[in-house]
Amino acid sequence: MSESASTVEAPPRGLPPGDHEPGLFQRYGVALIFLAPTLVLLGVWVVYPTIRTIIRSFYDRDGDEFIGLDNYETLFTDDTLVTAIKNNFLWLLIVPAFVTAIGLVFAVLLERIRFSVAFKVVVFMPMAISLFAAGVIWRLMYEKDPSQGTINAGIAVVKDAVSPSGVLSAAQPSTEALQGGPEGGLVLQKPLAPGDVAQLGLTGIRSSDVPADAEQAVVPEALAGGITGVVWRDFKPGGGVPGQVEEEELGLPGITVELRDEDGRTITETQTETDGTFAFEDVEAGPYLAAIGPDTFSEPYAGVSWLGASLITPAIMMAYVWVWAGFAMVVIAAGLAAIPRDLLEAARTDGATEWQVFRRVTVPLLAPVLTVVFVTMLIYVLKVFDIVISVAPGSVQDDANVIALAMWRTSFGGVNDFGLGAAIAVFLFLLVIPILVLNVRRFRREI
Amino acid sequence: MSVAEAPVEARVGAQVETGEPMSARILRFVTKTPVYFVLAFIGLLWLVPTLGLFFTSLLEPAAIGTTGWWEVITSPSLATIDNYREILDNEAITSSLWTTLWIALGATILPIAVASLAAYAFAWLEFPGRDWLFIIVVALLVVPIQMALIPIFSLYNDLGLFDTIPGLVLFHTAFGLPFAIFLLRNFFIGIPRDLLEAARIDGASEFRIFFRVIIPLGLPAIASLAIFQFLWVWNDLLVALTFARDTQPITVAIFSQMRQFSANIELIAPAAFISLAIPLVVFFLFQRYFVQGLLAGSVK
Repeated sequence: MSESASTVEAPPRGLPPGDHEPGLFQRYGVALIFLAPTLVLLGVWVVYPTIRTIIRSFYDRDGDEFIGLDNYETLFTDDTLVTAIKNNFLWLLIVPAFVTAIGLVFAVLLERIRFSVAFKVVVFMPMAISLFAAGVIWRLMYEKDPSQGTINAGIAVVKDAVSPSGVLSAAQPSTEALQGGPEGGLVLQKPLAPGDVAQLGLTGIRSSDVPADAEQAVVPEALAGGITGVVWRDFKPGGGVPGQVEEEELGLPGITVELRDEDGRTITETQTETDGTFAFEDVEAGPYLAAIGPDTFSEPYAGVSWLGASLITPAIMMAYVWVWAGFAMVVIAAGLAAIPRDLLEAARTDGATEWQVFRRVTVPLLAPVLTVVFVTMLIYVLKVFDIVISVAPGSVQDDANVIALAMWRTSFGGVNDFGLGAAIAVFLFLLVIPILVLNVRRFRREI
Repeated sequence: MSVAEAPVEARVGAQVETGEPMSARILRFVTKTPVYFVLAFIGLLWLVPTLGLFFTSLLEPAAIGTTGWWEVITSPSLATIDNYREILDNEAITSSLWTTLWIALGATILPIAVASLAAYAFAWLEFPGRDWLFIIVVALLVVPIQMALIPIFSLYNDLGLFDTIPGLVLFHTAFGLPFAIFLLRNFFIGIPRDLLEAARIDGASEFRIFFRVIIPLGLPAIASLAIFQFLWVWNDLLVALTFARDTQPITVAIFSQMRQFSANIELIAPAAFISLAIPLVVFFLFQRYFVQGLLAGSVK
């Protein structure tokens, strides 16, 4: 790696001069034989098509009519294509910086521990598999239903820990005495005073939704100076009397019961026991209303629609970062290992904090490596295709569109407009050139 | 950059230096414990998606769509290898796996053969315009694959190369050449000149020098390149999607099932896992070359 493309060593001496001046073929024929396959392959498969594509971009979809820059005009006015260009610029703005930052963090963390190989292998592994397979993997991760999609399942666990979802989302009052709906909760219509016993019967609960620890419902004793009551599943297999606690009817544990004043403001709340009973002790006189809190009826978590139109691009970007973080980490770790230890030690001896050492010594010394990672990512992100087409379901591909995908869909995905497809390809080509020129110039400077 | 691995190992070795009191070591371990936890957590996070695919591929068809893959861990009875059995009985999938293998092997061997010849010419033969030609060849790295798709599609239709293994191999070969030549030429030029001079004085032909001196000495670079090229071609979707219809590599075969993603998971998940298991095996077997090639490649 000590040579750049442009600084070529002086040609090595050829054969020792012979008796006679060799002919042109004898002198260069060998080189020609060595180079011929390369020249043919590059000529037919790279150079010729490139020229052909540029010309083709000025013709209409069938290639019959010269239409000047019309295809390029379409490229910047058509809604789907403009979305593709916008999305691709978002990718350029976010992903390379993010991947480089994550790679830096991982590499620095790795420096500090001993058994880093396992971690390196795990994080680097996605690099070996195809972006397409990564797309399949993440398509599964992003399934909307929390019982299927891993990410939503993870969110559901956290959400349930913070605010448990109401298991009784479909519950209905068993009698007219209880009124209301999921928004305000179900309110017992009869006002209560201390010493009263409230009976809040619910039906419409599937037996699979009844909490596992539920026991036979019990009507509690009245409590002097307090209000007691029971919330139970007012359903008896084989029939029963609505509004009455009977044998085989289960209490509903863990239900929030609210005690409200006449204006409907919640004064205090409590949870039901395993037999469905609850009690408010020491309440003042005055009419109250008892209600089952609205959170009891909250729908179970439905999952974030990662694969929907609005989140699809960030979702694909996350998958892409998962793939490329390992690359960034390995390259940056190699750079980090090459930094002379003395420099860091000197800074520490001078009293610099770890953060200062990192910020003022490590990062500046790593700058060339960070640039390599960043620029490499720029080039790959510009051409991103496989992972977009595999993560995004067909219905949201217009929203997830990027330039390379637009090129393929326009040319081969059913539209089959080769003129416009060629124009998109040329546009992509034009975007890649400055990045590569930048790369080569930086590369030459370093040598 | 390819030397960068050595210092890493050297440093890891240096940390294990003994002679330091046990208490200091324990202290260091304790202060580093949070880092271990953070890294273990991140590692788990990175592992879960692939594990998810693997466990999903083990779910029995009845459970797919109603059961999350993680339930396999708690109730292993949900797992079955029937999906894999189905896949391996599925003519379309097995033949696409073979197709992928032939394309990947062909498109690894051919470009390396062609590129080493050219790289030798660029490194050690003398002819007018050599440096310019080398720069032009390397500059072709800029050309995105998209620039070639449309004309080659038409060309392949005329030549009967559309939907054939040679068609795909040749396309991958051509687009693999600039980087391969760049890498190999830079490696070959580092071979000591004396070796070549000695062989020339002994009257060896350029071909003999190429096969007896250059290739054996260039093997490390060739190995890196071969692994990269193999993985690149095995993992390709874009080129295959454009030039293959019935002679499908595995990526395209899976892709064509993804229109009904949920309905076809019992096929997609195991097929995708097989398609990624092979690159993973290659990666684990040749990790060292892989990382070296990566470090070299990132400088391009």
